[in-house]
Amino acid sequence: MGMSTGGRVFSRALQSVAVLLAMSFVIYGLMGLMPGDPIDTMISGNPHLGSTDVARLRALYGLDQPWALRWLRWLAQVLQGHLGYSRLYAKPVLAAIVPALGNTLLLMTTALAASLLVGVPLGILASLRPGSVLDRLANLCAFVTISVPTFWLGLMLIAFFAARLGWLPAGGLTSMVAGEGGGGLADRLRHLALPATTLAVAGLGQYVRHMRAAMIGEVRQDYIRTAWAKGCGPARVVLAHQLRNALIPVATITALEVGGLFSGALITETVFAWPGMGRLIAESVMGNDFNLALTGLLLATAATLAGSIVADLAYLWLDPRVRPS
Amino acid sequence: MTPHRVSLFARAGRDPAALIGLGVLAAMAIAATAGPAMLPEPDAIDLYARLEPPTLGHLLGTDELGRDVLARLLAGGRISLMVAGATALLAATIGTAVGLTAGYFGGRADAVLMRVTDGVMALPLLPLLVVLAAVDPAKLGLPGDSDASEAVAVGRIVVIIALVGWTTVARLVRGATLSLRARDHVRAAIAMGAGPWRIMVRHILPEVASPMVVAATLSVGNIILLESALSFLGLGVQPPLASWGNMLTGAMDEVWTAPLLALWPGLGIFLAVLAFNLLGEGLQTALDPRRAG
Repeated sequence: MGMSTGGRVFSRALQSVAVLLAMSFVIYGLMGLMPGDPIDTMISGNPHLGSTDVARLRALYGLDQPWALRWLRWLAQVLQGHLGYSRLYAKPVLAAIVPALGNTLLLMTTALAASLLVGVPLGILASLRPGSVLDRLANLCAFVTISVPTFWLGLMLIAFFAARLGWLPAGGLTSMVAGEGGGGLADRLRHLALPATTLAVAGLGQYVRHMRAAMIGEVRQDYIRTAWAKGCGPARVVLAHQLRNALIPVATITALEVGGLFSGALITETVFAWPGMGRLIAESVMGNDFNLALTGLLLATAATLAGSIVADLAYLWLDPRVRPS
Repeated sequence: MTPHRVSLFARAGRDPAALIGLGVLAAMAIAATAGPAMLPEPDAIDLYARLEPPTLGHLLGTDELGRDVLARLLAGGRISLMVAGATALLAATIGTAVGLTAGYFGGRADAVLMRVTDGVMALPLLPLLVVLAAVDPAKLGLPGDSDASEAVAVGRIVVIIALVGWTTVARLVRGATLSLRARDHVRAAIAMGAGPWRIMVRHILPEVASPMVVAATLSVGNIILLESALSFLGLGVQPPLASWGNMLTGAMDEVWTAPLLALWPGLGIFLAVLAFNLLGEGLQTALDPRRAG
């Protein structure tokens, strides 16, 4: 709307920073409202602490200060690059987050790729003959995968493939025992199989539905009629003309998922004991690990916000009709 | 307004998928209401009868504390469906209020409210819900966890999920309000000196009712999934009160010895979500037949 692409990205980025700041303020406040604080944990760990010690510790950690002031001090620290120390992992926050981020990216990209590889062709096939048996089956499959609770699907996969058949491990990143090939590539892939399948199935339905809807939306367009009139064969009309345009909205939706790749899958990672970002966020929130929880949550939010900017750009880049001249 | 709404439901009634969804939900509601009277007490613990296979006395067997699985399944279903319904209603109310205000007054109010809506929509939902659910109500001056009644405990989850679930309805209602505001009958009412409150309630709300119902129905499935996920993590409905989500927490520990235990509550969640999605889709197609494939 009259704004250049650069200007548009810039204003979106500014807005995102504002949302992030507001989020950090709100989350900081909410963390203070959770049961217990770091000092409570210290008291339960050391029965010799008296009430004066507790007051001294609270003052030392700044917990006697008002919330907004503590938030400002936290923000100043973060802006200087000090993310703090994670009590739960007994490591600096960054050292706890980096490996979790790697594990999450591995799991999420595998699952996303699998969803797309099955979902997009299925959506295309369903769109070719609307109302046919294949179309109905694809639609049913989409509804089923959208409606299935991931933690239950994960549990059922564990019950069948791990407990019943004993084919695949039920959780974790690798086997701890070196004799079972722990740490090797095959071992890692075996551990990846069930959680990635769970997420891939859960994400499948939306791609089938979007792809099918986009393809059907293009069928009625004039340029398709022109292509037929020119004497193009069905394969050429569908693949070279219809699919090319129908992929634009699907690519935009996929770009939106990119942000989610970094925040991980809280539930699935918990069920499969997969040490990724989702599980890290859940554990740090429930374990009163303020520094880690704040950084993890803000990273997840930042990634989601960045993902929506990427999706915006992807749309501009892919569709010349909306590109500002 | 009435003939329009009747025709919406009548048209959806011709869609077999929507009818199946409605039938499943009706069966679930009947079972969850009438079932408990005929079954053992859902919270009765019998440590001598743990993890028993299905028998005549316990049609689906017993769980890790010797409680009747079928009785807990129905009691849990009642809680899960009630929470989902109440949450959808509250979320739709918040969304409608925001959407009406933004769409009707426009200008700065619209800009601020829509920025907030976009902001909430862009947030990673589940991690945020975990934070909200972990908040200790005692520190907010509300009744604490330990002395809270069932209704307060359940109401807390309803509020938490509704706090993040209102955005879709808000956008939809704002869009509809914007276009309605330019219509002649609304402009005539403004010219005749009707106040904004009266115009919103009398002239705009009835017209946006249908899309609102559709959006709310479509949101219920997702709400059930969120509630059960929170309860599964131990942050939603608290035991001993049964919900489909927290039944799965117990079943997860027994997945190696009694895998069937995890089957039933998940199946309940799955069927309820599927039924709401089919019904919502049917209503949406009836509302806007162009969207149908």
